[in-house]
Amino acid sequence: MSQSPVPDRERIRAQYRDAFDRPASARLATPAMMLLAGGVFVFGLADLGFSPARLLSGLHQLGWITLMMLPPDPGSSLPLYLKALGETLSIALLGTTLAAAFALPVSLLAARNIVPSGIVRFPVRRFLDSIRGVDTLIWALVWINVVGLGPFAGVLAIAVSDFAAFGKLFSEAIEGADQKQVEGIRASGGTALHEIRFGLIPQVLPVIAGQVLYFIESNTRSATIIGIVGAGGIGLQLAEQIRVLEWQKVSFLILMILIAVAAIDWISSRLRFAIIGRRAVA
Amino acid sequence: MTAGVPILPQAQLGALSEAYRGAVARRRLRFAIATAVFLIVLVVAAVGAEVNLRTLFTYFGNFVSYFDRILKLDSGARVWTDFGEWFWGWHKWLRMLGETILASYVGTLIGAVWAFVLNFFAAENTSPVQWLRFIVRRLLEFARTVPSIVFALIFVIAFGLGPMAGVLAIAIHSTGALGKQFSEVVENADMKPVEGVQSTGASWISCMRFAVLPQVIAGYASYALLRFEINVREASVMGFVGAGGIGQELVVAIRKFYYSDVSAILVMIVVTVFCIDISTGWLRARLFGKEARA
Repeated sequence: MSQSPVPDRERIRAQYRDAFDRPASARLATPAMMLLAGGVFVFGLADLGFSPARLLSGLHQLGWITLMMLPPDPGSSLPLYLKALGETLSIALLGTTLAAAFALPVSLLAARNIVPSGIVRFPVRRFLDSIRGVDTLIWALVWINVVGLGPFAGVLAIAVSDFAAFGKLFSEAIEGADQKQVEGIRASGGTALHEIRFGLIPQVLPVIAGQVLYFIESNTRSATIIGIVGAGGIGLQLAEQIRVLEWQKVSFLILMILIAVAAIDWISSRLRFAIIGRRAVA
Repeated sequence: MTAGVPILPQAQLGALSEAYRGAVARRRLRFAIATAVFLIVLVVAAVGAEVNLRTLFTYFGNFVSYFDRILKLDSGARVWTDFGEWFWGWHKWLRMLGETILASYVGTLIGAVWAFVLNFFAAENTSPVQWLRFIVRRLLEFARTVPSIVFALIFVIAFGLGPMAGVLAIAIHSTGALGKQFSEVVENADMKPVEGVQSTGASWISCMRFAVLPQVIAGYASYALLRFEINVREASVMGFVGAGGIGQELVVAIRKFYYSDVSAILVMIVVTVFCIDISTGWLRARLFGKEARA
């Protein structure tokens, strides 16, 4: 058996100085950051009123609540709940569609390849950003002040907050589109509107459709929660049953939400594949 | 020069254009049917959601004037003419905002730690046993499908009012979301280093620590930062159900029609979310930049 040659330690050391003698600042960076993160964490626990006693008694309570939830039982209000679920799905669908319809023209203004001048683009983008900074629940509260309690406020809340998200996503999709087809239209004498209609829209429409479907899916979740502030749907029922401590109904409602979300997931992924094709997704 | 495109004989051309027209007509028909179905579903949904266009038109003025009202002080002047009056409660609001950020930080960290512990069991390529993987996956799914504000509602009853319920709700939701994203990162990792470490007789834990972790840690950090950003938004509304933070002040201001307070708090929230977006974006770019250089 031949022995492997004895490595020349000195030479290797000299060659890979960085690996053997890392400067203290580089070596200490990770532990220092972890220490800092841990410190803020401990401070946060103390400041937010965590205490082992509270945690234990809370967990005890939570255990009780979980036991009370079993088995899930809607009592006699199943038809009411089914109607509320339908309302929630309607809110998600309508809100997303409205948002997409309004976001499409605005996203053109925010796309670099359509509006080259920053003077228009910049304010539009900041405007969309600030709408996005406000949560859907807050929009729901504002709309309740305007159109009153009920699912309609929910539709408008989802429409407004998604409008901003769509504006950003659509404009990114438009910026990612291939410029060559647009140039082709321009070369054959098309106007700016023709360029958008025949050069851009066919390219970005499948991407946009995919995003809209994805949002309908995630809005089913949002639509369940905006009911909590009074904007209709199944969230309203859920919040009410939690407040009156009807735990069996609560668990039944949560189960309903889970099943509905899973069903919408399944349907929309089917539709997405049908629209964009399996290859584009993978 | 007259050498143009050769023109096909009429019979051949006719057949081809016929086929083309047929294909286009089929596509148009399919599109029309899909649109019709979609419109019908929309109308059904509109009836279900009690959409009333008349209400909207009657009250749309209210929506615009609402923004007019929240930008006015009690004295009737515009808010930006007197910042001291507009942000009269800034001391309290800043403290609440700090509480919100702290709550989302603590919640994200707890969630990230749990996700870190669980994700190796959930990933297809590293899970030691099949049934364990199935259970962990279902758990994560449950944690991420139930909206965090629903958890908050339940926790407020179990743990009492205050930010603790909000933190725990955020932590659970983050565990679910991050657990899934982390396990996807692990599934994309290169398995050759794992084989290398395994061939030296290392245990499962050593394999994860020395072969998988160095590959995935940057991805983890990036996802955790992104989640922190999302959680700041979520934490700002936790107060609506009594789970602490700036949301409590906001909901009081909206419900009691303290108009200028609403705009002041909203401005503070939006600015905070901006700052956090920008700083986490910068941090993520730095982390990834470092990875690329190494």
